[in-house]
Amino acid sequence: MSITTSEFLGSRRLVLKGAGVAALIGLGVIPFGVPQALAAANDKYPEEAFKQKNEADAIKALYGKTAEPSDKVKMDAPEIAENGAVVPISATTTLSDVTSISFLVSENPISLIATYRIPAGTLPSVANRIKMAKTSNVTVIVEAGGKLYSAQKEIKVTVGGCGG
Amino acid sequence: MIIRRRDFLRASAAATLVAGVPRLARSADTASVYDLERFGNARILHMTDTHAQLKPVLFREPGVNIGVGAMAGQPPHLVGKAFLDRFGIRPDSADAYAFTCVEFEKAAVRFGRLGGFAHLKTLVDKLRADVGEKRSILLDGGDLWQGTGLANAMNGADMVEVANLLGIEAMTGHWEFTYGEQVLRDNLSRFKGEFLAQNVFLTEEAAFNDAKAFDPASGRVFKPSVIKEIGGHRVAIIGQAFPYVPIAHPKRFTPDWKFGIRDEELQKLVDGHRNNDKVEAVILLSHNGMDVDLKLASRVTGIDVILGGHTHDAIPIPITVTNAGGVTLVTNAGSNGKFIGVLDLDLTKGKVANVRYRLLPVFAELLKPDPAMQALIDKMRDPHSDEWSDKLGTADRLLYRRGNFSGTVDQLICDALVNELNAEIALSPGFRWGLTTLAGQPLTMEDVLSETAITYPETYVATMTGGQIKDVLEDVCDNLFNVDPYYQQGGDMVRVGGLAYTCTPGETVGKRISELKLGNGKHLEAGKHYKVAGWASVNQQNGAPIWDVVARHLRSGRPPNRDEPGVTLKGVEDNPGIARHG
Repeated sequence: MSITTSEFLGSRRLVLKGAGVAALIGLGVIPFGVPQALAAANDKYPEEAFKQKNEADAIKALYGKTAEPSDKVKMDAPEIAENGAVVPISATTTLSDVTSISFLVSENPISLIATYRIPAGTLPSVANRIKMAKTSNVTVIVEAGGKLYSAQKEIKVTVGGCGG
Repeated sequence: MIIRRRDFLRASAAATLVAGVPRLARSADTASVYDLERFGNARILHMTDTHAQLKPVLFREPGVNIGVGAMAGQPPHLVGKAFLDRFGIRPDSADAYAFTCVEFEKAAVRFGRLGGFAHLKTLVDKLRADVGEKRSILLDGGDLWQGTGLANAMNGADMVEVANLLGIEAMTGHWEFTYGEQVLRDNLSRFKGEFLAQNVFLTEEAAFNDAKAFDPASGRVFKPSVIKEIGGHRVAIIGQAFPYVPIAHPKRFTPDWKFGIRDEELQKLVDGHRNNDKVEAVILLSHNGMDVDLKLASRVTGIDVILGGHTHDAIPIPITVTNAGGVTLVTNAGSNGKFIGVLDLDLTKGKVANVRYRLLPVFAELLKPDPAMQALIDKMRDPHSDEWSDKLGTADRLLYRRGNFSGTVDQLICDALVNELNAEIALSPGFRWGLTTLAGQPLTMEDVLSETAITYPETYVATMTGGQIKDVLEDVCDNLFNVDPYYQQGGDMVRVGGLAYTCTPGETVGKRISELKLGNGKHLEAGKHYKVAGWASVNQQNGAPIWDVVARHLRSGRPPNRDEPGVTLKGVEDNPGIARHG
């Protein structure tokens, strides 16, 4: 049983079950105050993005633009994974007007792992577990105020060393 | 003995140089080299990585300990003469023998064995008595419970008794975890000191199932830190366990716990002690390994001294690291009971005003064994002494383990694996513990166990492709030579038998290992299958324990394989982490 809870404000609690769950979009509620057209666009399952093998292509398919690195995007992830099949990764940000948070693993066969819509008034904090084929850079994209911000970290998936 | 004493008196001039302190009068039981000038008002004694070596040992420091990237040529990645030059140690001195591999065999005869808990007890008691009541504490950095046949047979319980008699007040852990949670908790219930680990947390599953934790809210499994009054001053001691226990060892031993470096949690802890508890000093008792500690010291602020272990680096003086909050000193105190670190703090006006540190070699020749500790050790060893004292063979050459790529002990183990399990290739883990035996000395089961005693000793024979073998070598090599210390796990390169290769440490993962050849000179083919024997797998195996395989090999009387280890190094020609002589 592997259950991860992401922290949400108030009573909203999102429970994600299983490792490497891919498309979790649609679990959230369509936020108020978002222009209807954008909400409609976001509503659609990002099929193309989940087909891309390459990280840059996936970001482009998902957002249609590129991200800039930001120290306001905080990723909590291990340096070396204890188990490549269930790597705990969480992301938070101090940016305001966050509308989505996405996770990508550049060396996975399909780069995009998950993309979460963050309804207005929700604490932009997501924790999940991902599956990693091998050592790879992991990227978190935060969409805020219509712009993309990113944080990246290398996570090593190892066959095991020989301690001192 | 007379000659030896004279050697030490000459040698102590070098010790003086290292410590930078004049020696005072000689005391009755211990040699003058241990009479330290009084300094400050709080003494912290630090031992680490003794690997349960109850008796005095021979332990040759590495001849190869390469640093890459920013670590190239920096302590701890200095060996042999480069090490002596860096720390101002005279080549033929007792300190040179303790700290380096220079002329080890000659010096071992002159200066004898180091460590042993009865000798250590005498020295610890003296160093504590010298400063007076309640002015000192004794800390252990972990790897206390593992490394001998006795510790293995007793699940580390022998070391708990020894630790209590020695007076260890706080410790952290690494191999301690490889006994599993139940044994660990049983042992800790008898340990009179505190087990500290800020970086061990319940997994989400374990937390969900209400597994036992020191702090259920955070999921922290153990007490992270303790505040001790030393000389009337408040000192916070924070424990940092080995961050990669479930990766470097079978996960089955610690299924409910997750580890990691966790420097953000550490920073919060340090800040809390500074701001709320008004401590005057913060000490990190760390089993990170020295490179990791050096990086951590540059990121986490507010730690005065990191007392480090794991990588078995005996570094005579602390390394000063500057960070956003000031400076942090980083030490590493060697292994196998050879050394004890003496950190004297001058605490005034609520902070550390000054520091003096010495890493004292524990020369058994200069210390009278403590009778109570000796009696305890004898009592515990006695039931096994017959079984383990049979001579299995004789050391045909100097047998040692340390070195980034190979050691003669592991060549012997690989020979045993290839011969006894009828394999083409042998793999043996790059452990850094394990003793040294001089050429001509007998080898007993106790000696073999001192190189192999772990809780997952089962051997295996597997079929692997050449590509898989290369991947394993690349993976372990990256644990050693990743330019970012946070991606290193400590330990040395996996040892190989029946295989030769070229290693380029300065390369990146996937590109370090090349020119793989079998013992017969043929190239290893990526797609071809090979019969590989090994031990200490992180996956469950069911072959005979490695010590039985090695014992069988020794008893067989097969002529020793004297081939040079087949590792060719590239791109590190001028690296002072490689000893050219001695």
